[in-house]
Amino acid sequence: MQEMKLDGNAIGGLLREIFTVEMTAARGTCASCGAVNELGRVQVYLHAPGTVVRCPDCEQVLMKIVRSGGRYWVDLTGTRCLEFGEG
Amino acid sequence: MRDTHPLMGFVSRGFRGKRRDTASSARVPPGQYVVTDFPVLSAGPTPRVNLDQWTFSIEGEIDEPKRWTWKEFRALAAETVTKDIHCVTKWSKLDTTWKGVSVDTLMEGVETAAEFTTVFSDAGYTTNIPLDDITGNKAWVVYEFDGQPLHPEHGGPVRFLVPHLYFWKSAKWVRGIRLQNEEHPGFWESNGYNMYGDPWREQRYWGD
Repeated sequence: MQEMKLDGNAIGGLLREIFTVEMTAARGTCASCGAVNELGRVQVYLHAPGTVVRCPDCEQVLMKIVRSGGRYWVDLTGTRCLEFGEG
Repeated sequence: MRDTHPLMGFVSRGFRGKRRDTASSARVPPGQYVVTDFPVLSAGPTPRVNLDQWTFSIEGEIDEPKRWTWKEFRALAAETVTKDIHCVTKWSKLDTTWKGVSVDTLMEGVETAAEFTTVFSDAGYTTNIPLDDITGNKAWVVYEFDGQPLHPEHGGPVRFLVPHLYFWKSAKWVRGIRLQNEEHPGFWESNGYNMYGDPWREQRYWGD
């Protein structure tokens, strides 16, 4: 069965555009299961209408990112906390 | 010295030919191109579906929710339909043939004041569609594509099919329809994608 799962390094550039600093070492807390993972380790699905980021422990959605026409929509409902260093 | 080359004409003719396919076909909405393969889009892992535990439900604003087991669902009258489909990522696929149960068949005998629905799936996916857009011979719950059981990567065992809207509305791994009095944005509609999604009006994003 075809799976199109990548890891968080696949969206390193996209996250840097949004947060303006390197984010693959940032630590996100899953709102569903509480697991804390570096963004470089999360699951990423790119072959979709937007980018879907999922928790590597419970597979629930951590983030949804849609980009079009010079605009971003970022849903962080599934991320309880995002910890990252200043640029 | 002549720099113009006969190949230039050949190259640009080829390019025009491709554009003609996309721009002027009355069957291809604006901004779309035609594919002959069937691209797989996925927002998450492909769920493993156990047919012994599978059900399809109509719930929400309904006096008595309806529910079918796999065996009951397969015993319902089925239709084979051939439709063009249009993905918001800009590919369209013409003359796709599906077999399944019309939503009209599932809604037989249902009395509801609801004007909206949320179509929901295994794996937590949801999409919102007005009730009028899934009744009146406009939507199906399908289990065959091109004469074969629907492959899991395309939403098998059962997906939704509402071909007059962008294909994200045709939820893979569908498990039911929730009837609602208000419109609740679904998985993509809550994050930038259009609430309605008419490909002929290019309603891709919020504000389109």
